[in-house]
Amino acid sequence: MASRPAAGKRPPASPGVRLSLRDPTVRALLYQVLAIAGVALVAWYLISNTIQNLETRKIASGFGFLDREAGLPVGEAMIAYSPADSYLRALIVGVLNTLRVAVVGIVLATILGALIGIARLSKNWLLARAATIYVEVARNLPLLLQLIFWWTVFRDIFPGPREAYHPIAGVFMSNRGLQFPSLIDDPAHVYIVAAFLVGIVVAFFLRKWAQRRQDATGQQFPVLWSAVALVFGLPALVFLAAGAPFRLDVPSLQGFNFVGGSNLTPEFAALLVGLTLYTGAFIAEIVRSGILAVSYGQTEAALALGMRRGFVLRLIILPQALRVIVPPLTSQYLNLTKNSSLAVAIGYPDLVNIANTTINQTGQAVEGIAIIMAVYLTVSLSISAFMNWYNRKIALVER
Amino acid sequence: MKKIALMAAGAALTFAASATPGLAQSTLEAVKSRGALACGVNTGLAGFGAPDSQGVWKGLDVDMCRAVAAAMFGDANKVRYVPLTAQQRFTALQSGEVDMLARNTTWTLQRDTALGLDFVGVNFYDGQGFMVPKKLGVKSAKELNGATVCVQPGTTTELNLTDYFRANKMTFKPVVIEKLEEVTAAYYSGRCDVYTTDRSGLASTRATGPNPNDHVVLPDVISKEPLGPAVRHGDNRWADVVRWTFNSMLEAEEMGITSKNIDQMLNDTNPAIQRFVGKTGDFGKMLGLDEKWSYNVIKQVGNYSESYDRNLSPLGLERGINALWKDGGVMYSPPMR
Repeated sequence: MASRPAAGKRPPASPGVRLSLRDPTVRALLYQVLAIAGVALVAWYLISNTIQNLETRKIASGFGFLDREAGLPVGEAMIAYSPADSYLRALIVGVLNTLRVAVVGIVLATILGALIGIARLSKNWLLARAATIYVEVARNLPLLLQLIFWWTVFRDIFPGPREAYHPIAGVFMSNRGLQFPSLIDDPAHVYIVAAFLVGIVVAFFLRKWAQRRQDATGQQFPVLWSAVALVFGLPALVFLAAGAPFRLDVPSLQGFNFVGGSNLTPEFAALLVGLTLYTGAFIAEIVRSGILAVSYGQTEAALALGMRRGFVLRLIILPQALRVIVPPLTSQYLNLTKNSSLAVAIGYPDLVNIANTTINQTGQAVEGIAIIMAVYLTVSLSISAFMNWYNRKIALVER
Repeated sequence: MKKIALMAAGAALTFAASATPGLAQSTLEAVKSRGALACGVNTGLAGFGAPDSQGVWKGLDVDMCRAVAAAMFGDANKVRYVPLTAQQRFTALQSGEVDMLARNTTWTLQRDTALGLDFVGVNFYDGQGFMVPKKLGVKSAKELNGATVCVQPGTTTELNLTDYFRANKMTFKPVVIEKLEEVTAAYYSGRCDVYTTDRSGLASTRATGPNPNDHVVLPDVISKEPLGPAVRHGDNRWADVVRWTFNSMLEAEEMGITSKNIDQMLNDTNPAIQRFVGKTGDFGKMLGLDEKWSYNVIKQVGNYSESYDRNLSPLGLERGINALWKDGGVMYSPPMR
């Protein structure tokens, strides 16, 4: 940019270029400067106006409220929380609850979507039709309606805790949710989890080695079975070596509620089922379109080479279909995460729910909304970044 | 180039100069020129603010809105009701979406200061209580250890609840739902053992819900809940109008003026009554209203006891502490003179 239009007094860097609006470079630069100035002006107007209004109405501002005692009751928390904790901790509880439902929802919706997508292409008339009906119903009804429907179902069809269904020992189903036994913590559990992770890493490298060996020599190695043995066998060995530390905290009815064990609330269940079924329908269509995008000639060619059906799907069709599937799948993951904010309607304590209450108790709406926006932006951009990385990995390598 | 830069700078300056905040106008003038009062009310709490089967808003808080409209326009129907949940109410008032809040809102220090509100009076003295199904056999709130409690978020109720259980070394599981209809539906479906809110709200929910006799309101009152109308902080003339509209309803009850007899009272020779109905004095001018303001309030809405009898007596709520000071309650209007 030798011809930057500077203060005007300095001589132009090269004698041939003059500051003129007919020069496209100058024009482009001018438009950009004007656009940036315009945006900055609007931003400045909005911010200063807000600050001034807050001041004239003596509304408190700033993030100091985060340290204050919240006093909010929160129904379910993944970390220890009591109303004596700060607003910050309450908000973290909300973020974790949002992530919990989003992560589990994404995994379940992907599995469901893949199965339904394949089922719609099935030659079995009944299966294909059933899948079609599910997809059309689930994606054509508003999500909020579905959430309230599932919440009402979980709330109303199960009896109260004193008459809870009791299918197997230690498991209770009532309108307070699903109560089931949980493991009592033992120091050995850390090592078992570590062994599980080590198993996964070793299995990963084993697969790479087996692939290289097959490329070089043509010899195959039973990767699947050895991976299963590694991933589950190692933790099992550690478990036995530690003397099988297995004690359960079994729930029992005491007074109003169940005491002990873990609990899956109707609110979480309704949100999870609603989000999974709704997003799963969209993912099913994406999977179907991905598979259809691979021409049938490929299958025929592979079969003509003598490949087995399973190999055809795994080695020929899926790698090509994934290139079509992954980009729209990213949008669905983002949608599921953002839609989880509808939890407010059914009382699941997600981020929006807790932030709303915080706004109400402290009156600091601007700060509260800013926090909500920052968290969703961070989560969404992280999902996007991961999926883009994965997409680049599986994309067609062009030479 | 220079010309354009100059023009851009000029435009920026003009824009900046016009960038003064809105809402500088006083609410009183804004409401007058709009011709209707935007009043924030409950989304549906029988007795305080709820539409009836014809869609007409009824309730003690609704009467507060109607009284202010009657004082300002001489027509109690010039109200635009904005139903607000517990969480929406303060933002709606702060942002100017409503001119006043008459939505059984508890007067607290934090709301009066940090939230930028001004409470202008108390139109109902309440306290928080608990409702439980009779079949649980609970007799006192002290027996609620371990219970699941349905509660609305963003309320003092929510905070009192946690305080009460902490103070009594008890635990509870909260089910926190914003919409009143949903939270009561959760209670009636058995999702919660207990529903907690102000005792007036419990009475209203119990009376309008299924099988009122299967549910009891426990005798414990765990908090003070002075409910009253609120306006934005710092607009004193508007606060005066709302405050004295409410006081006029108390004053009328004390002087025995009702919507039925106020036309005869116009000819009464008692100087206090003459001032009240606007025959003498200039209270209206002091408030920025016309002299018939209090006459219109009582003629069209009625005094406090008429409003109470119309809205809260059918729910079985006795006057109790909400009686006038001379009848043993705490309702007391500063003198209108």
